[in-house]
Amino acid sequence: MLDSSYVWTIIIFLGLGTWLIRFSFLGLIGDRKLPAYLKRMLNYTAVAVLPGITAPMVLHGANGSFEPLRIIAALAILVIGVLTQSMMKSIGAGLLIYFGLNALI
Amino acid sequence: MSGFRQGAVQGMPFSLVLGPFGMLFGVIATESGLDLAQVMGFSVLVIAGAAQVTAISLMNEHAPVLVVLATSLAVNLRMGIYSAALVPHFGGLPLWKRAAAAYWLFDQPFALTSVDVAKNPKRTREERFGFYMGVGVPLSVLWYIVTYLGATLGDLIPGNIGIDFAIPATFLALIAPLLRSLPHLAAALTSVTGTLAFGSLPFNSGLLVAAMLALVVGAEVERRFVKPKQLKREETGDA
Repeated sequence: MLDSSYVWTIIIFLGLGTWLIRFSFLGLIGDRKLPAYLKRMLNYTAVAVLPGITAPMVLHGANGSFEPLRIIAALAILVIGVLTQSMMKSIGAGLLIYFGLNALI
Repeated sequence: MSGFRQGAVQGMPFSLVLGPFGMLFGVIATESGLDLAQVMGFSVLVIAGAAQVTAISLMNEHAPVLVVLATSLAVNLRMGIYSAALVPHFGGLPLWKRAAAAYWLFDQPFALTSVDVAKNPKRTREERFGFYMGVGVPLSVLWYIVTYLGATLGDLIPGNIGIDFAIPATFLALIAPLLRSLPHLAAALTSVTGTLAFGSLPFNSGLLVAAMLALVVGAEVERRFVKPKQLKREETGDA
């Protein structure tokens, strides 16, 4: 059993800290103009962070093992997503491939 | 209001992946010895799945409070980049709306709004804020509900139902539509190779270093290889 003050300290400060990170630019900078180069970089924030979070999860399964099925389903999601520009179709197809093949094997 | 409804519709598919993820968090947290109020405290006050799971796993190892906080906040630092990216669109909103936008600034509202900026560059600021909240609010309510279900019904969930693939699947589906130009592709590849190369850096900072590099690579590839005419379409995002 975890100590209650230990847990609540973490919850409250993690909540506060997370909100402050999220509020940082929206709250402090407001409507002021951003430099052109910074603005150009900001076009790429999503593609700069999300693939980095995802790659280790695709390459290493739950127990850290290499799982070919994972790679196949991941590639399917990417290809279908790029071709159709539809998140619903790509997620649907990817999960179907992953869980379908998982059930068959 | 039409913006909110469109956001809600586009956010809906992600309930298929956020649902199981939130439930999984509820189960993990409960099995780690947290009571119901503490589990719900995490999902309501922190509302960031990856950081919540990071915190729980470190608490299981009885890590010091400061280590738990530093590591979990490092996972969330990417949201500072999201916050900066939303300034051109939401910077002119009143303070309370920006404070609210900050609470709902998780991956799905940010990524779907990024896609929507490219698809519907003519939206007004209020309409875009509506779209953003339309994605975030229903998904956050779902997040609380499934956390509660996971915490209370944890025993009924089978041990391994492949949930750990649903999480990267969400991210991949968010990424794919963004890979629409050479600079975007270059940034994504830099992010992946960088994160894998710097994987051993402490406090999850490898991801952050890779992200910084990817931002620079994306901007540089755009500056050198993309003709200004082609850019207009993407930069007219919003006033």
